[in-house]
Amino acid sequence: MTEPVNLLVGTAVERMEDARFLAGSGIFADDLVREGMLHAVILRSPVAHARIVGIDISAARAINGVHAVITAVDIGAKIPLIPLRLAPLAEFEPFRQPVIAVDKVRYVGEPLAVIVANTRALAEDALEAIEVKLDALSAVTERGGGEDVLFDGANDNVAVKYDAGFGDIDAAFAAADYTRTEYFSVQRHTALPMETRGLLAEWDAVGHRLIVTGATKVTFYNRTTLAGMLGMRSEDIDLIEIDVGGGFGVRGEFYPEDFLVPFVARMLRRPIKWIEDRREHMTAINHSRDVACELSIACRSDGTFVGLRGKVFSDMGAYIRTNGGVVPAKAAQFLPGPYRIPNVGVSVEAFLTSKTPVGTYRGPGRFEANFFRERLIDMVAVDLGNDPAEIRRKNLITEEELPYSIDGLVPYEGPTAYDTGDYPAAFERALSEIKWQEKQSLQGKLINGVRHGVGLGCFVESGGAGPKENALLTLESDGSLTVAVGSSVLGQGLETVLGQIAADTLSIPFDRIRVLHGSTTLLDEGFGTYHSRAVVMGGSAVLDAGKRLREKITQRAAERLGRPNSELNIVEGQVVAANGAAVSLEMLARDGDLSADGTFSNMMRTYSYGTHAVHVTVDPRTGAVNILDYVAVEDVGHAINPAIVHGQAIGAIVQGLGGVFLDHLIYDDQGQLLNASLADYLVPTASDFPTLRAITLELRPSPTNPLGAKGAGEGGIVAVAAATANAVAAALAPLNVEIHHLPLTPPRLWRLIKAARDRAAAA
Amino acid sequence: MTSMVPVHLRVNGSAAMMTVEPRMTLADALRIELHFTGTHLGCEHGVCGACTVIVDGAAVRACLMLAVQAQGRDVMTVEGLGDAAHLGHLQRAFRKNHALQCGFCTAGILATAHALLMEEPEADEDRIRDVISGNLCRCTGYLPIIAAIVEAREAYSDMQREAAQ
Repeated sequence: MTEPVNLLVGTAVERMEDARFLAGSGIFADDLVREGMLHAVILRSPVAHARIVGIDISAARAINGVHAVITAVDIGAKIPLIPLRLAPLAEFEPFRQPVIAVDKVRYVGEPLAVIVANTRALAEDALEAIEVKLDALSAVTERGGGEDVLFDGANDNVAVKYDAGFGDIDAAFAAADYTRTEYFSVQRHTALPMETRGLLAEWDAVGHRLIVTGATKVTFYNRTTLAGMLGMRSEDIDLIEIDVGGGFGVRGEFYPEDFLVPFVARMLRRPIKWIEDRREHMTAINHSRDVACELSIACRSDGTFVGLRGKVFSDMGAYIRTNGGVVPAKAAQFLPGPYRIPNVGVSVEAFLTSKTPVGTYRGPGRFEANFFRERLIDMVAVDLGNDPAEIRRKNLITEEELPYSIDGLVPYEGPTAYDTGDYPAAFERALSEIKWQEKQSLQGKLINGVRHGVGLGCFVESGGAGPKENALLTLESDGSLTVAVGSSVLGQGLETVLGQIAADTLSIPFDRIRVLHGSTTLLDEGFGTYHSRAVVMGGSAVLDAGKRLREKITQRAAERLGRPNSELNIVEGQVVAANGAAVSLEMLARDGDLSADGTFSNMMRTYSYGTHAVHVTVDPRTGAVNILDYVAVEDVGHAINPAIVHGQAIGAIVQGLGGVFLDHLIYDDQGQLLNASLADYLVPTASDFPTLRAITLELRPSPTNPLGAKGAGEGGIVAVAAATANAVAAALAPLNVEIHHLPLTPPRLWRLIKAARDRAAAA
Repeated sequence: MTSMVPVHLRVNGSAAMMTVEPRMTLADALRIELHFTGTHLGCEHGVCGACTVIVDGAAVRACLMLAVQAQGRDVMTVEGLGDAAHLGHLQRAFRKNHALQCGFCTAGILATAHALLMEEPEADEDRIRDVISGNLCRCTGYLPIIAAIVEAREAYSDMQREAAQ
C-alpha cells in the first residue's frame, strides 16, 4: 500500500459547516423543541453579599402554568459543590461553589431558585412573584476590602498564596546593574460569545436515563461530575453536543445550571429547556482577567535580562470555579515569556471578592502577563538607552537554546519546556512588516493633531494539553466515512479540519465525510476542547484511527481481489490493484463492520510563538486611539487549514483589542455590576479596527504530535495588550505619560495626559 | 391570561398565520410559532443584531418589534436567502471569504447586508462597514464579513440591472 498523500491538509478548504449556518439550518440549544417541554428560568441574587433569611415561593407557585419552584431545600440535605477541573490546589477546595445558594449569597447573579413553567415568559412572570428576604453583609469589591469574610470560618478572603520560581532570584537582583519595579493591572472582562448558554434536559422514564443537550467543551468530564451529583451512573447520562455559538473559554465549564436543569427534568419527568438571557449571562458566566502584578526586572547595564520577579494578585470573584485557578497560575507562568531570564521568582495571591467567579477566557493569564512584561521592557529600554527592538533581540531565546525548560513556575504541573521555534525570525518578520526602522522617526511625533506610536509585543503560548484524545472512524455501507471524536466544537471549524485529516489519510473525498463530535454517546471516553488542543490532540487521534482503518480496508480488499496489500491503493471511493482490478468501498463496508479506533496520548505541550507590532495614533485632546496598522506574526508549526488559522488570528486580535480599549465589567462599591447589558458593556464592532493583518508562519513543526501542529486558537490574542499599550505609550512619551492599567479608554488616557501636563506646569 | 391575537403576514414569500400574545416579539413568533429558527437571539435588547430580519425591505431587529406589528407585513428571514443546497450570492461570498465561524450571528448579518445591497448595490466599503457596525460578531473580527459583502455587490448590481430591463 502506498502512503496517503496530503491533498487537503494544508489548504484553505471551504468549511463543511458553513452551508447549514448560512441557510439558517444550524441547530443551537434554543432551537430544540420537545413534546411536553417546559421552560426553566433562574432567580438570581440581587445583592452581592447577604445571609438568606427566607424565600417565599407561594405566590409564584400558585400561578397557573407554573410547575415547580425549586430552592436549596428541594435539592436535598447536601448541596453539591462544583469541582475543580483544572488547577486543583487543595487550598481552593473550601471555596467551591454550591449549585444553588444555601445560607448565603456571595455575588449578584448567584442562583437562588429555579422556576419551571409552560413558557419562558410565564416562568419570568413567576420569578417576579418570589419574595426573598436577605440580611445584607458588606460587599467585598477589592483586595482586602469589605468588613465581612465571604466564608464563615476563614480568617480573610484570600483563597491561596504560593511562591514558585527557578534560579537564585535574590542573588540576581542583589548583583544587578539595574532594576526597576512597576505595578500593572488588567481589568475584569469576559468572553461574551454571541450565543448565551442553553440546555435541554430530558428524563427517559423507561430507561431511567438522562439526556442533556447543549453541552460542550468537556462533555465527558461534565457527565462524570453530573452523575456524581445526581447519584447516577455515568453510563445512564448522555451529554449531547449540537451547534455552539462561540466558546472562547467561558462556555462549557460545569456551572450551577448544568446541575439544576437536569435535576428538575428528573424530578418533573418532563423535558426542561433553559436559555440564559443576556443580562443573566453577564453575571452568571465566568468573568476573567482582573489580574494585577507588581513586576520587577534585573538587568545588566547593556540590557541583558538576569532576573524577573512578579507578584501576581488575582481577583477570583466569589468562588473558585472549575478552572479559575488557571488565570493567576498562567499569569505567573508566562511572565518571563520568550526571553532568556535565568532567575525567575513568582508569587501568586488569589483572593475572593463578592463578584461573579472567574474562569478562563482565551489566552488566560497570557494576555495579562505579556502586557505586564512587555510594558516593563519598553520602560527599561528607555532607561538603558536601548531601542525597544534591540533589547528584545538581545534577550529572545534562540533556536540553539530550545527546548527551553520553564519548570517550576506552576505548582500543580509537571516539567514543561518550550518545544521548537525560531523566535528571532518571527520577531524580525513583524519588524519588517510594520516597517519598524522607517517608522522610528514617527515615534511620539505630533502630525495633524495626533501623536504617532509604534509598539511591539513578543509572546510564547502553550497549547495542546494532554493527556489524551480518542476517535472512531467508520466506513458506512454507502461508502461514506463517519468520524467521531472526543474533541468539542465551539464554532471554530473543527469539523472541516478533522474532515481534511480524515480525507487525506483514507483518500476519501471530503464531501463524503461526516464529523460527529463532543457527545458522550460517540465514544467511551473523550477529553474535549480547551487550551487550543482540539487539532493537536483530536486531529492526531483522527490521524491514528485513519491509518488503522486504511489498513483494515486494504486488508479486506486484498482478500477480495486476491492481490497483496502492497499493490493496493484507495482511489476515489475504490480500492484499486496494480493490475486494474478494483472493489468499491461500499462493497467492502457491506461485508461487515469496517471501523477503527484511534487514540493519541501526550503530556508534552506545544508552544507557538510570535510577535505583534502596532502603529497607532493618539489624539491628545480626546484620548482617542486609532490603529493605522497592526500585524500579528505567529508560528503555528503546521496549519491544517490556513483560512481557519487566519480567521482564528484576526478574530482573536479584535477580541484582544476589545480587552485593551472597550470590554470592562464595572462594579460599584456595593458589588453591583453596572453594565450588564450590551448597550453598556462595549465590544468591538465592524468599524472599530478595520486595519489588521495576521501572518501565519510554519517555520518549525511541533515534535509533540504527528501533525506537527501547535495550538493556534489563542496566539492572536495573547500579545494584543502588550503591543498596543506599548504603541500608545510610545505616542504619548513626549508628554511623559506612562501606561500601567487597562482599559485604555479615551477618558483614562485623557486624564493621564492632563495629569502629566499638570505635573509639568507645577514643576 | 392576556388575550391572543391572530396575525396574518407573509414570510419568505408565503402567507403565514399565527395566534400570539400581544407581548410576544416578532423574533419569538418567527422562531416559536412559525419555526424559522435560523433567526437567532443574542441579547433581546436590540444591540447585537443577531435577530435582524427584513420587514417590507427594511432591516429590523426582530427582538424590538412585536409580532402583532407584523400584521399584513412582508417578512424575510435567512431561510429566504437560499437553502443549504442552493446558497444565494451573498451566502456563497460569506463561505468563500470565511466570513463566519460559529454561525450564530450570521443570519442577522446576512439580513442586514441583503437589505443594504438591495437598496444600495454600489455601497462602498466604508458604507458597508458602517452599516454592519450594528451587528456584533465575536469570532471573525469582521474583516472577512466586510470582504464578503464587498464581493457580493456585483451580483446585486447585476440583479438590479436585469430587473430594470
